[in-house]
Amino acid sequence: MTATLYEQIGGASAVEAAVDIFYRKVLSDDSISDFFETVDMAAQRAKQKAFLTMVFGGPNHYTGKDMRNAHAHLVEQGLNDAHFDAVVGHLQATLRDLGVPTGLIDEVTAIAASTRDDVLNR
Amino acid sequence: MPIIRFNGDAYECPTTETVLQTLLASGVALPYSCKVGICHTCLLRSLKGRVPPAAQQGLRENLRLQGFFVSCLCRPEDDMDICLPEDTHLLGRAIVVAKDFLTPRICRVLLEPATPLYYHAGQFINLHRADGLVRSYSLASVPVLDRHLEIHVKRLQNGRMSNWICDELQVNDAVDLSGPHGECFYVSGNPNQALLLIGTGTGLAPLLGIVRDALYSGHKGPVCLYHGSHEYAGLYSMDLLHGLVERYPHFHYTPCVSSKPSRHTLVRAGRADDNAFADLPNLSGWRVFLCGNPPMVRSARKKAYLAGADMAEICVDPFEVTDLRRAPRD
Repeated sequence: MTATLYEQIGGASAVEAAVDIFYRKVLSDDSISDFFETVDMAAQRAKQKAFLTMVFGGPNHYTGKDMRNAHAHLVEQGLNDAHFDAVVGHLQATLRDLGVPTGLIDEVTAIAASTRDDVLNR
Repeated sequence: MPIIRFNGDAYECPTTETVLQTLLASGVALPYSCKVGICHTCLLRSLKGRVPPAAQQGLRENLRLQGFFVSCLCRPEDDMDICLPEDTHLLGRAIVVAKDFLTPRICRVLLEPATPLYYHAGQFINLHRADGLVRSYSLASVPVLDRHLEIHVKRLQNGRMSNWICDELQVNDAVDLSGPHGECFYVSGNPNQALLLIGTGTGLAPLLGIVRDALYSGHKGPVCLYHGSHEYAGLYSMDLLHGLVERYPHFHYTPCVSSKPSRHTLVRAGRADDNAFADLPNLSGWRVFLCGNPPMVRSARKKAYLAGADMAEICVDPFEVTDLRRAPRD
């Protein structure tokens, strides 16, 4: 049996290694940081963890409907394709920082890209 | 089979089931959301009985020490007495034993509770006036060092509680209090860790407690306190803090005045948080305490995180935003 994407990347410990790198990149990017700044940053970090678990192909409870509901108010505030692309870019940069092989990065990117219409409520 | 006691009832909790599953199956209405330990909506607190370590995984140490646990991850091995987090907010009576002014606008009140309050330096209490008015005040005292509870009350324009405390509350008067609350406090066990504390205004109160708690507990790592005020007149407890600097070489105290360049040689110009992050660009491995003005606390939390501090190591106490402080002032 071949290892799943999640196992190949390194599972929960890979998520733990990636979450702070990823969230710091996102918060440092003035073009999107407003969407990620909330009163409860610890909860926001937990959301990023859940997001990374999902795009790493790990166990998650996300549905397309959840994605839509979670982002609806951000779309009203102007969330668009450019913001989505920036986040995916930070995701790829995070994985490069961690030395993840290109083939796996492409797989993760494909999962992230598949959420675009739900995130942008289209 | 372990027995769970909750709200006056007892529930048998099979070892294969979580506390959340058991209580929900018994018809207890509990808040919950993800059921996999991420969202912490189902947080409960243990009053008695061992909490399985798995149920506290990912919780910050302060919450673990207070017995909080995530009920959807909790499979009890022994009997437990548990409660909702807010059930511990019991009222107690306290007598005012002293009152003086630290600055023209900041009143210090010492309280003697009728029954000893178990608290950590840096937590806050809620003060209840007889007519039902409630406000939160951080504790500047340290349980092992100070006999009385100490709070610092800043007089706010039209502030009903603060003006009443400053003008009318007298020594020997009784007040009701509840608490303690808050997770912004020192935890021993990592004595070499570097500590950064930033407070504005009476945000100094909890930090005074935390600093003294850490230093007197034998903390070895650097302890860096930045106190910010708009005007020089708003800085206080400077003698106490300069005294601690003399006594503890690893304690650093930087009073900051943001309004205009200061003529006082021992005071830095600029905002406390700006000065702190300019001095300390790399906070990886540090523990950070942020208290006072909510916009300062929010922006400093982000800066501390971007400077490398772990999210779980950043303790915040934004005044007038969390808990009762969210209530509009009239």
